[in-house]
Amino acid sequence: MKIHRHSYDAVVVGAGGAGLRAAIETAGKCRVAVLTKLYPTRSHTGAAQGGMCAALANVEEDSWEWHAFDTVKGGDYLVDQPAAEIMCREAIDAVIELEHFGMPFNRTPEGRIDQRRFGGHTRNHGEGPVRRACYAADRTGHMILQTLYQQCLARDVNFFNEFQVLDIAFSEGRVSGLVAYELATGDLHVFHTKAALFATGGYGRMFKVSSNAVTLTGDGPGVLYRRGIPMQDMEFFQFHPTGIYKLGILLSEAARGEGGILRNSEGERFMERYAPTVKDLAPRDMVSRAILTEVREGRGIGENKDFVHLDLTHLPPEQIDAKLPDITDFVRTYMGLEPKTELIPIQPTAHYAMGGIPTNINAEVVVDSDNTVLPGLYAAGECACVSVHGANRLGTNSLLDIVVFGRRGGAAMATYVDQVSHADLPPRVEDETRERIERLKAGTGGENVADIRARLQEEMMDKASVFRTDESLRAVLETVRSLRDRWHNASIQDKGEIFNYDLTEAIELGFLIELAESLVISALARTESRGAHFRDDHPTRDDANWMRHSLAFRTDDGVRLDYKPVVGGKYEPMERKY
Amino acid sequence: MALVDVELKIKRYNPEQDTKPHWETYEVRVEDTDRVVDALHEVKWHRDGTLSFRRSCVHGVCGSDAMVINGSNALACVLLVKDVGTKITVEPIRGLPVIKDLVVDMEPFFDQYKSVLPYLINSTDPGYEERKQSPEERERFDDTTKCILCAACTTSCPIYWGNESYVGPAAIVNAHRFIFDSRDEAGADRLDILNQRSGVWRCRTAFSCTEACPRDIKITQAIQEVKRAILYNRI
Repeated sequence: MKIHRHSYDAVVVGAGGAGLRAAIETAGKCRVAVLTKLYPTRSHTGAAQGGMCAALANVEEDSWEWHAFDTVKGGDYLVDQPAAEIMCREAIDAVIELEHFGMPFNRTPEGRIDQRRFGGHTRNHGEGPVRRACYAADRTGHMILQTLYQQCLARDVNFFNEFQVLDIAFSEGRVSGLVAYELATGDLHVFHTKAALFATGGYGRMFKVSSNAVTLTGDGPGVLYRRGIPMQDMEFFQFHPTGIYKLGILLSEAARGEGGILRNSEGERFMERYAPTVKDLAPRDMVSRAILTEVREGRGIGENKDFVHLDLTHLPPEQIDAKLPDITDFVRTYMGLEPKTELIPIQPTAHYAMGGIPTNINAEVVVDSDNTVLPGLYAAGECACVSVHGANRLGTNSLLDIVVFGRRGGAAMATYVDQVSHADLPPRVEDETRERIERLKAGTGGENVADIRARLQEEMMDKASVFRTDESLRAVLETVRSLRDRWHNASIQDKGEIFNYDLTEAIELGFLIELAESLVISALARTESRGAHFRDDHPTRDDANWMRHSLAFRTDDGVRLDYKPVVGGKYEPMERKY
Repeated sequence: MALVDVELKIKRYNPEQDTKPHWETYEVRVEDTDRVVDALHEVKWHRDGTLSFRRSCVHGVCGSDAMVINGSNALACVLLVKDVGTKITVEPIRGLPVIKDLVVDMEPFFDQYKSVLPYLINSTDPGYEERKQSPEERERFDDTTKCILCAACTTSCPIYWGNESYVGPAAIVNAHRFIFDSRDEAGADRLDILNQRSGVWRCRTAFSCTEACPRDIKITQAIQEVKRAILYNRI
């Protein structure tokens, strides 16, 4: 194993929307490298479908304050309101900027950016649905990812493709370097840098049914968590209501935005009972719970009565072809069904982590309940927690989050590196990573990585997903800990240097297990129901005790929990009705 | 849905051990509705962990897992076992250097993509509003915006196999996406690039690219439109 050494002012880790937008912001201002374990265009931003909300008011009256209100209410009041206001205000410029970058948005007859409805986005504080989502058919994320990558090429951004970051170094209380594993050679690369921005995406692969790419294994949070950075609000994990049955492949909320409806075994449009005003366009946490409540009460469909139907059959065929071409193709490919004439079996699918690396509004990572900044460390996108999504993210707000906070993080980082010199790297900074790799390759315990991962995914799905109880969480915690012991006894077959995914999958499973433990412990402690975190044994929201963010620290004595207040604003908590 | 036994024949090459590629056959039991990538995972996770292949989204949008499956280029996550049969042959895509097993060197492919200026070029100041574009103008390049850069098209092209300097269908598709975008000003520069020896004239309209595209982009048509734009000097 060779060791290579590099020196940069700043390093971006991850090349999805947040990482690429940050890179664009730093380009020309400092020497920046972008490290990604994939090729940039493979990033999971490309799988986002439905749209990106901004109160452009191109097709009907709208305002960014309404958008901020919806975001705060959708997040069940765990949102930090100043952050949500920034995001919703800057959304307008962000969309216009993407258009200037070349983004091929769908257009109105007047040639303006077209907009459509989306779950939880309403007119005038909940009066009814509003057309706020800017979109490019049902491949909005694909077009944003391509557009941002194109702009990086135009700016000659320096990419290190298929470089997986496995460790970070701090010296003098600030960032001094990163250690990355090069997939093509098995070599380690030490990056001496003043700053690092993590934009590594989510960790939805800890659940069995997931819309996430198999590469979404929480590497960035995992690296930082091991080095003492807390994870914020880990108990809030979003299940998207409409995943393809069993496969979990996402069918965008745009399907309901365009008029699709959900039906139970009796053919009933059951969302009318749960959200009388916005019906099928209620926020995702409520719709997912409604679906599983129908299933629990015996109105599920199929042999095991464990799914419901998404019905698009009443939509004009030309509207389906024009607005929902990709997702209807997924249904044809993977289900063998024709969505223009047949009902689509769907179930909630693990989709989005609201929690993650705690940051402030400039994407600076904050490491305690006083929001103390760790100089030189930044995070943006799904791996971060600002918190703009609170306890439940609204549809389209993730694409918004990545461009707004990717840009803010890139700008803050460029300013920071201009003011400081490099901190000295700790001696032998790569040793621990090298030893971990050698230990995994030498492992003779005989445990199979894929089997451990499958068990983790099944247990997390069964006991820590949409509905949770003290009992289920205690059971899964015990399992997760036993899986960690098994992971320490894992053996891998590939001992080689070149494209050894056997090795990297084992490393990634280690991150998933650590993060699963922090999720379960945070969920066990939170004895209330809020947003995506629902406790059957504590079914109501408890603002008196739980209007606060959780912070999970990994210590030698196990996970330690701390809390910090939610930053309020003009919207007082009220009951969430739609 | 039913369990089926599949014979998976995979072209293997490990540069740390082998002097040349060889075939290995694995028998795995999968659901007939599983994807080919699921069968590959079954091999990797339970038979032979040394098998290397790229994959990420596993539903046909990230473009990582283009392979030659039963002789044709496809994404392993889009083909279902029941549609390809119980004897499945898998090889790396052709025309790019094989690094290990099904992993090829993508750098030449991305270099060709970069050579056509694949980004919007427009020097006017649009101010604080969006540039206007009619639905018809937007529709003009809709098809070529679908490209996911998986290289299935380029590595299915017999001309590309014989001539690595040919930019290949994917690069032309991405040039088309900007040439016919009403907001772009550099169409003429891209047409100049594609009018060179390595450009569109290498295409012999074999239609292999169109058949290989997992996004159903009408690639041959896009290439013909670029050729016509060069010939008639008109976009």
